[in-house]
Amino acid sequence: MTDPIVAQHLRKTFGSTLAVDDLSLNIAGGEIYGLVGSDGAGKTTTMRLLVGALRPDSGDAFICGFPVGKQPEQARAQLGYLSQRFSLYEDLTVLENIRFFAEMRGMARREWLPRCIEILSFVGLEPFKDRRAGQLSGGMRQKLGLASALVTRPKVLLLDEPTTGVDPVTRQDFWQLLIRLVAPDSLNPSTGETHGASEQDVAVILSTPYMDEAARCKRVGFMRLGQMITEGSPSQLRASLEGRIVEVQGRSLPAMRESAGKIKGVEDVRAFGDRLHMRVAAGQAESVIKGLYSSASANGDAMLTARLVPPTLEDVFISLSE
Amino acid sequence: MPEPVVISENLTRRFGDFVAVDHVSFSVQAGEIVGYLGPNGSGKTTTIRMLLGLLAPSEGSATVLGFDAFRQSEQVRAQSGYMSQKFALYDDLTVWENLVFYGGIYGIHDKVRIEQTLEQVGVASHAKDQAKALSAGWRQRLALAIALVHKPRLLFLDEPTSGVDPTARRSFWDLIYSLAVEGVTILVTTHYMDEAEYCGRVGIMRDGRLLALDSPVNLKKQTIPGNVWEVHAEPLNFALNTCEACPGVLRVGLAGDHLRMVTERGMTEKDILSGLASAGLQVAALARGEPTLEDVFLSLAKG
Repeated sequence: MTDPIVAQHLRKTFGSTLAVDDLSLNIAGGEIYGLVGSDGAGKTTTMRLLVGALRPDSGDAFICGFPVGKQPEQARAQLGYLSQRFSLYEDLTVLENIRFFAEMRGMARREWLPRCIEILSFVGLEPFKDRRAGQLSGGMRQKLGLASALVTRPKVLLLDEPTTGVDPVTRQDFWQLLIRLVAPDSLNPSTGETHGASEQDVAVILSTPYMDEAARCKRVGFMRLGQMITEGSPSQLRASLEGRIVEVQGRSLPAMRESAGKIKGVEDVRAFGDRLHMRVAAGQAESVIKGLYSSASANGDAMLTARLVPPTLEDVFISLSE
Repeated sequence: MPEPVVISENLTRRFGDFVAVDHVSFSVQAGEIVGYLGPNGSGKTTTIRMLLGLLAPSEGSATVLGFDAFRQSEQVRAQSGYMSQKFALYDDLTVWENLVFYGGIYGIHDKVRIEQTLEQVGVASHAKDQAKALSAGWRQRLALAIALVHKPRLLFLDEPTSGVDPTARRSFWDLIYSLAVEGVTILVTTHYMDEAEYCGRVGIMRDGRLLALDSPVNLKKQTIPGNVWEVHAEPLNFALNTCEACPGVLRVGLAGDHLRMVTERGMTEKDILSGLASAGLQVAALARGEPTLEDVFLSLAKG
C-alpha cells in the first residue's frame, strides 16, 4: 500500500530561484512529520506543491495514491489544511463556522451535523458550539480551525506553523489532540489489539521554524536551499551530536564567550542569557572541559561550571546550517 | 549599587472588574536583559504600556530611567526604543527610506547616524532594497534599526524573533548582547520558551501576576518540583495513561515519539521501572531529561 503522502523528485523554480530541488518524501499513516528550515528554505513551496496550489516544474506528488497534478480533485478530497492565518467568521457561532466548511466540501445535512458534533467534542469545543467565533480565546480559535480542517475526515492533514501565537498549556493540549488523531486505535488499549498501520490512519505534515515543536514530531526533515538535507526521528538526529554539547555557567559570560571560541576542539559557541552552549569536535569534550577550568582558574573565576548536556534539535539545526 | 533603570512597585491595572496587572513589583539594572514570559492576556503588554506611560496605573507606580513613567512619559519615551514583530514597515520604501522616515519622528536628520545604525544591525548591504523584498530575518533587523536610531538607553522587544529560524534568532541575539554590554537595558516580552532562554532573567507571568523572576538556570532548579525523565514505550497513549496513574509521577505529557515526565525528587530509575512494569508497561528506554522553561511554566501555571 502506498503512503498517504508521497513526493518524488519535486522541483520548482521561480524565475532564477530554485525554490524546491529534487525533493522526495514518503510519509506513512500514523506519522506526524515536521518540515523544518529557515525562512526561504522551501517549506511553504513544498506544502503548496503537495496541495496542488502550485505545479512542479518536474516530479510528482501523490495524496493517498492520487497524483496531485492529474487528479487534483480526488487528491484534495483526502486533504485537510490548516494555515497559519486561517480565517473564521467572527459573527457566526462555532457550529455555524464548521458547518460552512462541511457544506463547502459537499457534505449533506444528514452527514454534517453528527460529524460536526463528533469533531467538536474531539477538540473539546462541544460545550461552546453556540458561542460566536469572535468571542473565542486564541487556543479555542485554533481548535476550531483544526476541527474545520478535520470535518471531512481527511487522510492527510497539512498544518502550517500550527501553534504560532499560543501559550504552552494550549500547545500541550493541541499536541495531545494531534497524537490522538494519528493513533485512534491506541486510545483503547484494553482491547489488547496492537495497532498496526491501516487504511484508517491519518498522516500529518507540519511546517515550523520552532525546534520545540519539531521535537514533538515522530520524524523531522531539515530543508535548506530547497533541498532535504537530513531526515530522521528527533532522537536519531540528536544522537548525531551526543557527547558534543558542553554547557558553561560562570561570572563573566561575554569575556568567556570570546576565550571559549579559541580553545582547541571547540566548533561553535552560542550565548544564552546566563550560560554558554559550546559544540565541540567528536571525542574532544573532556579536554575542552579541562581547558575551560584551567583558563577560568587562571582568570580567578572560581564560579565556573562546565558539563556535558544532551544535544537539542536547535543544536542539530545550527550545526546543519553551517 | 547604582539606581535601577526600571522600578515597578505594586503596579496594578484594572479594566472594570478585570485585573490585567496585579501588584507587580520588580527592578531592573542597567545592561540587564529581562524577559517576561506568559500567554496572551497574562498582562505582559499592559505592563509594558504602563512602563512607557501609555496607560495610567490603577494602583502602584513605576519609575523608568529616573522619571515617573506616567507623569513624565515624554522623557521616558525620548530615551526608549520599541520593536515588535508586527511592526509596520513601509513596504514600498527602501530600507534606507524607512529608517530616514522613522528617524525623522525622533528628530534624527543626521545621515551619518542613519548609516551607523544600518551598519550596527548589519543591513547596510540591503539599504537600497524595498522593504517588501526582505526575508523575515532582514525585516526583523530593520525593525531593530528603527528602534535604535535615536540611541535609546532602554529597549522594549515584543516577541522579537517570532517566526524566524534558530540561526537568524541566534544572530539577532548576538546583536542584543552587544547592546547590553554597552549598557542598554533590554526588556523582552514573549510567549516562546526558546526566546526566553536568551534572557539573563525571566519573569513568569500568568493572570496578571508575576509568579517568579530569576535566571533560567535558577528557575529550572527552584520551581520544578522534581526530576525530569524521558520515557520511550509503545503504544504511547497506553504509556501515557499508565505513567499518569503511577505513584510518584507529578506530571506526564506527550513529546513526539516519547513521553516527558516529572517525578518526585526521590524516585530512582529502578522505582519508576518497577512501578510501570507492575502496571503492565514495558519501557524501551528511560533517561533523565534536561528541564526546560516549559517545565517551569507548566509547574508554576498549575500551582
